[in-house]
Amino acid sequence: MSAIVNSAGKVVDFVDQRITASNWLKRNIRKVFPDHWSFLLGEIALFSFIMILLSGVFLTLWFKPTMAHVVYEGAYLPMRGVGMSEAYSSTLEISFEVRGGLLMRQVHHWGALIFVAAMSAHMLRVFFTGAFRKPREINWLIGVVLLVLAVAAGFTGYSLPDDLLSGTGLRIIEGGMLAIPIVGTYMSSFLFGGEYPGDDIIARLYPVHILLVPGLIIALVTAHLMILWYQKHTHWGGPGKTNNNVAGAPFFPIYVAKAGGFQFIVMGVIVLLAATIQINPVWLWGPYDPSVVSAGTQPDWYVGFLDGALRVMPAWEFYIFDHPVSMSVLIPAILLPGIILTPLALYPWLEQKATGDTREHHLLDRPRNVPVRTGIGVAFIVFYVLLWIAGGNDFFATILEIPVNWITWFIRIGIFVLPPLAFIMTKRICMGLQRRDRDKVMHGRETGIVMVSPDGEFSELHAPLSQAQAYQLTWHERQLPSDPGPATDANGIPNPNYRAKRAQARLSRFYFGDVVQKPTVQELEAAHHDGHGGSDSARDELPSGQQ
Amino acid sequence: MPRSLSGRPRVSRIGRLLSTRRRHPLAAIAVLVAVLFTAGGAYAALAPSTSQNVQAASSTQIEEGRQLFAIGCSSCHGLNGEGQINANGDVLGPSLIGVGAASVDFQVGTGRMPLAAPSAQAVRKPVSYSQDQIDALSAFVASLAPGPAEPDEEYLDASQGDVARGGELFRTNCSQCHNTTGQGGALTMGQFAPNLTGVEPRHIYEAMLTGPQAMPVFNDATVTPEDKRDIIAFLDSVQNEPDPGGLAIGRAGPVAEGLWAWLVGIGLLIGMATWIVTRSSKA
Amino acid sequence: MSTHNVNPNGDEHAVVPHGEHAVVPADPIADPGLHHDELRLTDVDDKAERRAERQVAGMFTLASLLTVAFIVFYVVVGIHPDNPENGVNIGDVQVSNLTLGLTLGLALFLLGAGAVQWARSLMTSPEVVHQRHELRSDDETRAATIADFDTGTEETGFGRRKLIRNSLLGALALLPLPAVIMLRDLGPNTGGTPAQRKEHTIWAEGVRVLTDVTFMPIRAADLEIGQLVNAMPATFEALPEHGPERINERAKSPVMLVRMLPEDIHVEPGRENWGVDGILAYSKICTHVGCPISLYEQTTHHMLCPCHQSTFDLSDNGKVIFGPAARSLPQLPIAVDSEGYLIAQSDFTEPVGPSYWERTR
Repeated sequence: MSAIVNSAGKVVDFVDQRITASNWLKRNIRKVFPDHWSFLLGEIALFSFIMILLSGVFLTLWFKPTMAHVVYEGAYLPMRGVGMSEAYSSTLEISFEVRGGLLMRQVHHWGALIFVAAMSAHMLRVFFTGAFRKPREINWLIGVVLLVLAVAAGFTGYSLPDDLLSGTGLRIIEGGMLAIPIVGTYMSSFLFGGEYPGDDIIARLYPVHILLVPGLIIALVTAHLMILWYQKHTHWGGPGKTNNNVAGAPFFPIYVAKAGGFQFIVMGVIVLLAATIQINPVWLWGPYDPSVVSAGTQPDWYVGFLDGALRVMPAWEFYIFDHPVSMSVLIPAILLPGIILTPLALYPWLEQKATGDTREHHLLDRPRNVPVRTGIGVAFIVFYVLLWIAGGNDFFATILEIPVNWITWFIRIGIFVLPPLAFIMTKRICMGLQRRDRDKVMHGRETGIVMVSPDGEFSELHAPLSQAQAYQLTWHERQLPSDPGPATDANGIPNPNYRAKRAQARLSRFYFGDVVQKPTVQELEAAHHDGHGGSDSARDELPSGQQ
Repeated sequence: MPRSLSGRPRVSRIGRLLSTRRRHPLAAIAVLVAVLFTAGGAYAALAPSTSQNVQAASSTQIEEGRQLFAIGCSSCHGLNGEGQINANGDVLGPSLIGVGAASVDFQVGTGRMPLAAPSAQAVRKPVSYSQDQIDALSAFVASLAPGPAEPDEEYLDASQGDVARGGELFRTNCSQCHNTTGQGGALTMGQFAPNLTGVEPRHIYEAMLTGPQAMPVFNDATVTPEDKRDIIAFLDSVQNEPDPGGLAIGRAGPVAEGLWAWLVGIGLLIGMATWIVTRSSKA
Repeated sequence: MSTHNVNPNGDEHAVVPHGEHAVVPADPIADPGLHHDELRLTDVDDKAERRAERQVAGMFTLASLLTVAFIVFYVVVGIHPDNPENGVNIGDVQVSNLTLGLTLGLALFLLGAGAVQWARSLMTSPEVVHQRHELRSDDETRAATIADFDTGTEETGFGRRKLIRNSLLGALALLPLPAVIMLRDLGPNTGGTPAQRKEHTIWAEGVRVLTDVTFMPIRAADLEIGQLVNAMPATFEALPEHGPERINERAKSPVMLVRMLPEDIHVEPGRENWGVDGILAYSKICTHVGCPISLYEQTTHHMLCPCHQSTFDLSDNGKVIFGPAARSLPQLPIAVDSEGYLIAQSDFTEPVGPSYWERTR
């Protein structure tokens, strides 16, 4: 043991004498990382990305990114004699002639699906807990860009094997591009090196997939983590956990062991998936042929919502000076991503408008305590999931044995009806939960024991909460809607900022008008004197053993 | 045509290699499935010899068919297969004049006919007639007017087909509805292209030849008997090919894969995350 | 930061947005302060500690064994056939994938689980609390930084020396242009505009219609009612095997032939002679975003696109009856030659595939 310490000491000494490392290490080696399962979603994304990088490097050793025409003479008999591109034939080679090649292909693909899924889940966690608030807006923006880059990495990777599914995906991209007014045909011509599909596109997507996009992802992930490190992680409030401190386990050794361990767990789970569940069996799809299509043609899940939007959009095309403008393609394929991404990226500032709050926030919100934000989030999830279902409408039609046209119509209507409904329901549920918390604080926990008073009145016995339990339900901020103040001052002179203030107050009322507030000191005392809770109240009770 | 003892058509060269060279981990399940198939297909083993006789249908067979037809089919298709239209102008059953023996063998042999109840589409179900009865019905309908006859055994033998060429033909002509692996798919207004897994080569051939229900016709002039045999060989190969990557999850592509990534992948990892953040059991 | 009222202890954090009007009540419950984690079984019980130690070490050992097993399986489970003629045995690949994946996956998993278990049960881990500091620099530092920046700007004379400034900005603004210009040759330089290249296929007057894959000419008399034929132009066969031309034509020229009862067909004026005895030819390229379609229902004459479910009625000039496509499927006028084979009367009379800006009505 001491030998290890000695050699570690030597390393530290060597580095310290050159770059003063001790100074930095001393401040950081015991850095605090709070523990909560939801804080690990981002780690799943990071660790699956590392797995993707490793397996990806392995795949590049065999993959031939060229559309040169070959007649297959490889090991997979059912394809012998079929004309195909070298990209596809080298994918077959990796699958059937390289030991562990199929495993690494499957690791790469499962890793990619999990990478984007974990990023999405991480983003939802950050949204619902308000972790995007000042000072973390930059990291939120970086996160949005990372999500877009991850989808770009996924889609270019999906396209590389040049199988029937990937080629059909590219064809749809081309169709979307052509719909762009004025420059559409030129964009397509530059991308594909002339007419679709040409024989350039795989060679062009390859550097984007293995160099450009991963390079950007690595750079942004680095920035993301450096900012996280510098700002310290957010944490949940609770006894002793405030906006001015951070409580948790030290970076070294607990966090290093846990995160390091989790890295291997994530890798292990991905490899186990790759070992047992087949993914993207391109040898069954066949080589790409632009005149051929398969029933059940789908993109990977993270592009599914765009494909779904294309599917449910009704036909709409009009002419401007004899030039067609294909809204049935433009809206879902070109405008929709912008319509989703812009408010997503700007959300921290939108909410700041409502709260008028410019302070730093390091305590997370429980989703129930911000019913409007939670409602917006759930409405977005419903919107997204509906589009995702639309993207697999034929798949679901087959599974459920109902006409695909019904699903399309259900989504066409549902996309407008269900998200607002989800918003209202979620907001109501949150308020109900808040009310329950408030009742618990005021009257204690329901025991299920019913008492009959001498007068014959029935009441349920409530057990008081400990101070720690009560604090757990009341540490959050009391968020009140803002008041625009009078339109004119005492002298009848109009306030020049009144309109802006009124607008802000309306937004604030929308956000916080219906929030069920935690009790005030007076309310709490009144409740205790009324006495469901008996004589001893949370305030009277001393915390056991501590302080 | 050589047939194995199990009564199933001889598997292709590749299929044979697969089944004999190595026992893979799912072998037990495969054996179980094979046993079930064998049991179900035992009676089909007798079919080839009788179906050959259809070509030279005797008048007694036609007569037997006429009687069966009158009992089981005429309520919709009319006593002489002329079809029936009800008072509202809806077609109760289409005319069968000229549809040929192949059509009858397909529709009745896959259990699609007789219909259990009117629906968007007739589906495969347990067969209601014995092969002799089906042959008699075929002979009767074939006697009404010339139509596609049942295929020659020689063109149903997957082992003689070219799998790679069959794959190309399948992807060009069939995969748009039936999917590249024959899983089937949705069509308009509740109709669908059925899954082709486990369908008899004879019925695959007859379906192409006659175009049952919504399916278009691919007659022998444009998709030759040799082409059809290649397609049968391809389907045979695809169906008997193990999935080297593990569970096939329906061979259904990205939608199923996405569901698994979220439910199993992310689900499992979140489970691990909740374990990681707890401390071991309290004293 | 000066407008809000958080008291220095951070105990009461009440928001008063835009400050002055609302009175925020105080929090009802005081912070009882951090309560420390209770001791674990492994902290007090030697036996439990030793058991945990064995658990962790066991996982690490198992991981090593599995790593060795991975190497063994890599060597033992071959996938290369003895005779290349026979091709790969897919069962071998299945076994290889399963054994390699299970050993590697479990090795990784156990390595990770061991480390986590070590941290959870054996590492002594008091909960640590660090104070946060406001991220904003203090006013003095900020003022000094701004002063430094101003000094630097002043020293360059960036504000005064307008000639230098403007010429620098001009040079910098132009510099990205070569990077953009150099991308010009991503697209071809000959053969007209991209839109012009889209206007034509290799169909032309008298070109025979051949079955796809097998490339056989098709006699009109051979087609039955309800027939579907996936077809290509005879000129396709002559295209060079290598290079983009062949695959580009496969993206434009494929057609499907269908035959239906002539009385079922509703013919648009001007298309009276485009079919032959109920045989019609339509482009296979969807007018929505270009998926190749041939999901033909012979009973309804509907043609469905599997990508986005646009549905076309082939008995009614390829009109759209459902889904996102806005334009009818282009029809290829066909006829029969002297030997009775189907031929094209001309190229398509409109560009095939999705809409694009330069396309006229």
